[in-house]
Amino acid sequence: MLSTLKKVLGRSAKAMLLPLFGITVFLLLWSISAQNINTSLGVFPGPNAVVKQFSVLINEHINEREKAEAFYQRQEKRNAAKLKKNPDYVVKARAYTGKETFLDQILTSLFTVVSGFLLAAIIAIPLGIWMGLSKRLNNAINPLVQVFKPVSPLAWLPLVTMVVSALYVSDDPMMSKSFLTSMITVSLCSLWPMVINTSIGVSSIDSDLVNVSKVLRLPAFTHIQKIVLPAAIPMIFTGMRLSFGVAWMVLIAAEMLAQNPGLGKFVWDEFQNGSSDSLARIMAAVIVIGFIGFLLDRAMLQLQRKVSWDKASV
Amino acid sequence: MSLTNTSKAIELGEPEKEELKFGFIKLTDMAPIAIAYENGYFEDEGLYVTIEAQANWKVLLNGVIDGSLDGAHMLAGQPIAATMGYGTKAHIITPFSMDLNGNGITVSNAVWQKMKPNIPKMADGRPVHPIKSDSLKPVIEQLNDEGKSFKMGMVFPVSTHNYELRYWLAAGGIHPGYYAPHKGDTSGQIDADALLSVTPPPQMPSTMEAGTIHGYCVGEPWNQQAVFKNIGVPVVTDYEIWKNNPEKVFGITAEFAEKYPNTTIRLTRALIRAAKWLDDNNNANRPAAVKILSQSNYVGADYDVIANSMTGTFEYEKGDKRPVPDFNVFFRYNATYPYYSDAIWYLTQMRRWGQISEDKSDQWYRELAAKVYRPDIYELAAKSLIADELIPASQFPNFATETGFKQPQQHFIDDIIYDGSKPNAYLEKFAIGLKKGEKL
Repeated sequence: MLSTLKKVLGRSAKAMLLPLFGITVFLLLWSISAQNINTSLGVFPGPNAVVKQFSVLINEHINEREKAEAFYQRQEKRNAAKLKKNPDYVVKARAYTGKETFLDQILTSLFTVVSGFLLAAIIAIPLGIWMGLSKRLNNAINPLVQVFKPVSPLAWLPLVTMVVSALYVSDDPMMSKSFLTSMITVSLCSLWPMVINTSIGVSSIDSDLVNVSKVLRLPAFTHIQKIVLPAAIPMIFTGMRLSFGVAWMVLIAAEMLAQNPGLGKFVWDEFQNGSSDSLARIMAAVIVIGFIGFLLDRAMLQLQRKVSWDKASV
Repeated sequence: MSLTNTSKAIELGEPEKEELKFGFIKLTDMAPIAIAYENGYFEDEGLYVTIEAQANWKVLLNGVIDGSLDGAHMLAGQPIAATMGYGTKAHIITPFSMDLNGNGITVSNAVWQKMKPNIPKMADGRPVHPIKSDSLKPVIEQLNDEGKSFKMGMVFPVSTHNYELRYWLAAGGIHPGYYAPHKGDTSGQIDADALLSVTPPPQMPSTMEAGTIHGYCVGEPWNQQAVFKNIGVPVVTDYEIWKNNPEKVFGITAEFAEKYPNTTIRLTRALIRAAKWLDDNNNANRPAAVKILSQSNYVGADYDVIANSMTGTFEYEKGDKRPVPDFNVFFRYNATYPYYSDAIWYLTQMRRWGQISEDKSDQWYRELAAKVYRPDIYELAAKSLIADELIPASQFPNFATETGFKQPQQHFIDDIIYDGSKPNAYLEKFAIGLKKGEKL
């Protein structure tokens, strides 16, 4: 009993020790080199400054929530007064108009990246399956995919912005234009890895499996459901994971460039502020961006484990 | 839209559009918008306003044109140029002029070191201000002899800064270059001794630090930032180039004003109140304003950097802090009233540097100014504020006699007098610049 406990502890200590060592060395190096980098905005922020900014950011969030509360109360009062003056007045509740805090920006970015990714998946996976099944379609579309795949996501951004502005005209829009442009840019860039991986996964299914399906004369839909999908799932998921990583990177860059709400805007705004805290705040954002990217990838991996029938392959 | 009965209180209707989004660039002269929000003046008008920083002037202008922004803090030249059709064509108007002065011209330390010996000194050894660009001329000539060109940044082709920088350079005999849009040349570097190009305001210090430009003309806090960062020296403020010159305006599309007249008047009311608050009691509220502006969602620079210019001083060389009480004027001297003559001054400079490629009649200048600058809307807003006893009538121009033309103005760095009613005659006075009948 004791010995097993010791063994488990020992193993987990070993598993913890190396990463811990790596992180400590990194923090040390960061700390030392930061002190020696003098920018025009002051010394490059070390770990301490960044930790301090994290708490500042959280405090800002709490303060902003209090201000929002006051805003809603004022609005209620004003609406009540209007209603008293004019009983036909249609009361409309408005969202708080104040600034988005760091935490709000994180949520905005997450929501955007997931929406963009899902939109891409809805298009890319069926298209990829179809391309994998049909040699002709593959030949027709493959050149396009090859040409569009290496396009820098940010090259799409101006086009997407203008097209969205032109087409999405509404007096009371459901989604903001900035959200749509970010989302579509993300989709455009995460399409290609999914299309390619799915089509390769589908076209490289074991010929035995395809033959079985032929012998059984499975209808097309059942063939896809029973044979193609299970066999291609590992490749599809590899594509999805690649795409998700790309999507997250693209989103931050797009937000920076287009000033669309999200973490990218936070970084760019801070850079433009040129305050003596700016670099530490950007560094805090960088860490959060990295950490979220890591978590997103883990989440996809877990999902893949859950869906894939061949647990050994992941 | 003139109002005949001023004694009777004006009943203002409810705003047609209550949710608004305004854009701004991170500069201290956006203050009226921030104050109108923070002091609740927008809410007093029943307006729910979201304020959003924009990446650069181009993005901001497009936002107003395509409707993703309802209005914005704009360069005075932007509505004028857009209405005229220079750059992007759109009918943009302004009912509210945001401030006077507020810009400076900064050169890098290296350029300053070479300029300094050419500048007369006061008894205490500090340079005599205002510094004219003739002290810069030998520096440029030396650079040119070495085969290098002299580059400076301004913020937008039709920006106040572009015209101020050109004005200052030309006053000292440095040619800043012509535009020739009819030939497709919009770089503005024809015949130039100094090459001017566009850099977004917040990036000015870092662009100069990187050595891409030798100096720049920009609004605050980006001149004081150069002093704090120790990378450059502001040599002259726009107050010294042209005392109490008009600066930013608040721009909305003509379509917006037509569709939402009550909203337009109400937002103008809120902005007028904010501007007044900023100047009240001899700038007593400025420290509070600086605190608000230093928030990261507004200008975001450090309190000290913003306070330097906003509280009536200006630091030239490090340690050389001098009083400039009118560096930022938001309400005094009828700063918020949109004068036609201000618009015409911008038009004269567009003609002077070739952005308007052909001669235009005085009448044309007048008509275009009246299309963009809308004192009629301002008047309605001001009168309703007077009626509500929020601001006394004495603080506004006398609307019964106001023509929209300021008296001929002096106090330019080259001592040329500007009379807004005679733009063509004014253009003839400049040594450098396009003259009557000239076309590139």
